[in-house]
Amino acid sequence: MIHREPPPTLLTVEGLNAWYGAAHILFDVGFEVKRGEVVALMGRNGAGKSTTFKTLMGLLERRKGTVKLMGQDISGRSPSQIARMGLGFVPEDRRIFTDLTIAENLEVGRQAARRWPDDSPAPEWTPQKLYDLFPNLKEMGPDRLGGRMSGGEQQMLTVSRTLMGNPYLVLLDEPSEGVAPVIVEQMAHMILALKSQGVSILLSEQNVHFAELVSDRAYVLEKGQIRFSGTMAELAANEEVRRSYLTV
Amino acid sequence: MSSFLVQLLNGLAGASSLFLVAAGLSLIFGVTRIVNFAHGSLYMLGVYIAYSMSERLAGGVGFWFSLVFSALAVGFIGALIEMVLLRRIYKAPELFQLLATFALVLVIKDGVLWIWGAEDLLGRRAPGLEGSVEILGRNFPTYDLFLIVIGPVVLALVWLLLTRTRWGTLVRAATQDREMLSALGVHQSWLITGVFALGAMLAGLGGALQLPREPANLGMDMLSIGDAFVVVVVGGMGSIPGAFVAALIIAEIKAICIWLGDVNFGPFSISFSKLTLVVEFLVMAVVLVVRPWGLFGRPQGTPRHSGAPEAPLRPAGKSLRWFAVALVAGMAVLPLLQGQFPYALVLSVDLLIAALFAASLHFIMGPGGMHSFGHAAYFGLGAYGAALLMKAAGLPMEAALILAPVVAGLGAVVFGWFSVRLSGVYLAMLTLAFGQIAWSIAFQWDDFTGGSNGLIGIWPSGWANNRTAYFYLTLVLVVVGLFALRRMLFSPFGYAMRAGRDSVLRADAIGIDVKRIQWLAFVIAGVFAGAAGALFVYSKGSISPEVLSVTKSVDGLVMVLLGGVQTLAGPIVGAVTFTWLQDTVARSTDYWRALLGGIILFLVLVFPQGLAGFIHDLVVKLKPNREAAR
Repeated sequence: MIHREPPPTLLTVEGLNAWYGAAHILFDVGFEVKRGEVVALMGRNGAGKSTTFKTLMGLLERRKGTVKLMGQDISGRSPSQIARMGLGFVPEDRRIFTDLTIAENLEVGRQAARRWPDDSPAPEWTPQKLYDLFPNLKEMGPDRLGGRMSGGEQQMLTVSRTLMGNPYLVLLDEPSEGVAPVIVEQMAHMILALKSQGVSILLSEQNVHFAELVSDRAYVLEKGQIRFSGTMAELAANEEVRRSYLTV
Repeated sequence: MSSFLVQLLNGLAGASSLFLVAAGLSLIFGVTRIVNFAHGSLYMLGVYIAYSMSERLAGGVGFWFSLVFSALAVGFIGALIEMVLLRRIYKAPELFQLLATFALVLVIKDGVLWIWGAEDLLGRRAPGLEGSVEILGRNFPTYDLFLIVIGPVVLALVWLLLTRTRWGTLVRAATQDREMLSALGVHQSWLITGVFALGAMLAGLGGALQLPREPANLGMDMLSIGDAFVVVVVGGMGSIPGAFVAALIIAEIKAICIWLGDVNFGPFSISFSKLTLVVEFLVMAVVLVVRPWGLFGRPQGTPRHSGAPEAPLRPAGKSLRWFAVALVAGMAVLPLLQGQFPYALVLSVDLLIAALFAASLHFIMGPGGMHSFGHAAYFGLGAYGAALLMKAAGLPMEAALILAPVVAGLGAVVFGWFSVRLSGVYLAMLTLAFGQIAWSIAFQWDDFTGGSNGLIGIWPSGWANNRTAYFYLTLVLVVVGLFALRRMLFSPFGYAMRAGRDSVLRADAIGIDVKRIQWLAFVIAGVFAGAAGALFVYSKGSISPEVLSVTKSVDGLVMVLLGGVQTLAGPIVGAVTFTWLQDTVARSTDYWRALLGGIILFLVLVFPQGLAGFIHDLVVKLKPNREAAR
């Protein structure tokens, strides 16, 4: 039998603190994501999930702590540098460029292909591959304006736009928020499809069922602190954590 | 009829330059959200550089090369401005950026004066296009035909650049959401520099193309920036096709006004050719009222980066109160020193009037959140009101001083009613339009306002007609005015106004009629500005349309911004600093504008919170240390 190395760590976060103006939001948050994993960052509204993502992307002015992407420190860098190093961000409010067409939105996100440290190619995306992944986008055609799409369609476009940057790791903020149940199902399929193509994902989620469908592991966040970490099975078994920090 | 058609063609030719300048301004605004006051100065530079180049390079090729060179050179200057100055202040409040670009206007104007001198410079005619063609039996300059073609050509090129290249796609994305763009890995500093360079280049080209049509002169910057603002606002901020259509409309309306000339309606005679000064502002006012976001624009979304919320205003602490009392007491004994400093009283009256004017502007700008670019309108209405009440109605100074602010207040009732329907840059532009309308009425109504000569011989009543007495009168009225303005900010009305500034929706939801409150704020600010104007006219003894000009409005803005928008002492500190600087600098050098601009730039870069804000922050920073030391 061949001895397999455990998958290398993609993202390591240690002692992350962040502030909105004078308000201290995140307190010594720490977690990690390994290559090929889908990890859920869970918690109720206001727990600090989106703030964590924005802090990782360098979008918050005042932040402290170490963030390493594939061993490189990204904590002090600008959002564009962080994105250029292979961290993709899908914001919860989608932030589609509504004046641009579908094709143009994808073009804005385009970056060169990447390689893993062992020189094997990282997942590489083209508009064609994305249209295959999201037939809805294909149906609308590349010239549809971003502003003339439903919420669910915009959700697909915003994911596709981020994938055009060929990220090592995608931060997916609340993919199931505010879209129709049928789209939620599609999002779950999409996440699994991405995973099968070798994309690693850190998603934030309130919905336990959704997270169970797609994730390998979970961290639970409350009031800006990590309260639990473990596999999805461990979370499912831990009634205490679910009741205290997750169910409404 | 043929003269009418030729006049329309004339309008088309004029539209091209107008469009080029406005398109650049619109492009820059779209991406940087900076209203570039210096855009007209870039246009002026375009004319001057083209002049110098074409004088040196003889021949047909030389001339055309000069035009292209001038556009490129101005584009390069624009890029420099962005990299050296604006890049440092993107995070500063919007109005600070405006102040910085205004300082550039001053610096560039004096730079041009220094290099090219004050004389108008007549450029060469375009080689190959000197002649004219016969259209409908009239001669029409060939060069103007060329200009008519240039506008649509540039429109098409810019449109292709924006829609058919990756660069253009990124620029349009940046117009919408720069933060998201950076999170997608797009480095924006070069993108923004590029946009600024392109916008400046268009302005430079617009200027260079104008060289064979009119002589290069130092007034071109303000004239063209006024026109360009109007075109951009009418067309819709950020819309290039909108700028094109608006440029056509405005140039044609102006052309028609010239063609109409003087028209008699029964006993009345209307001089349409005189209307050219103001007609564009009338168009803008109408468009803004009917379609507040311009013909081709879209309603502005709430900005993504609204920045930190405004800190609440605090009533003055004990030490500040004592300082204010000491200051007033100090001023009250000033006349005793008249022997040593004869000029001190004159300057003090100017300072006091400036402080009241700035405080009234601050009232709607800071706590009210409405950026008025035409506040001189109320100052001027007060000043002309006082002068005319005395000259035409024969009222004594006392009555005029009471009634003039009412006149200004009535003006504010009308202007304010329209203005509060808009917000942000559009509101600023509409107030600018009203300011210009008021100015052009005073400037052109010779029989009543004295036209460009103004009115003279407006002196105080006997008891106040000496320096000391008038100083005391001013001191008392200004201190009362400042105190009243300040008091109102801490009244329920003041709270409601600040609530409306911080969130229109939330204020509405708790039952505040935000529009009504803002309207009332406009009127109050108008009344106090009018009082300042009335005091001004009696201190000088004369008045001219100057008091209504854009420059006067901008002076007010600079004072408020210099002091700090969100501090109560700000406008006073700013007014005193600005007036004193202007006074000192103006008397010590020919290039006072450049020096003033340089000082403003320095202040903006070093104290982005304004002077009073800076002092406040400093005190806050020092305080804990003091307590710890105990």
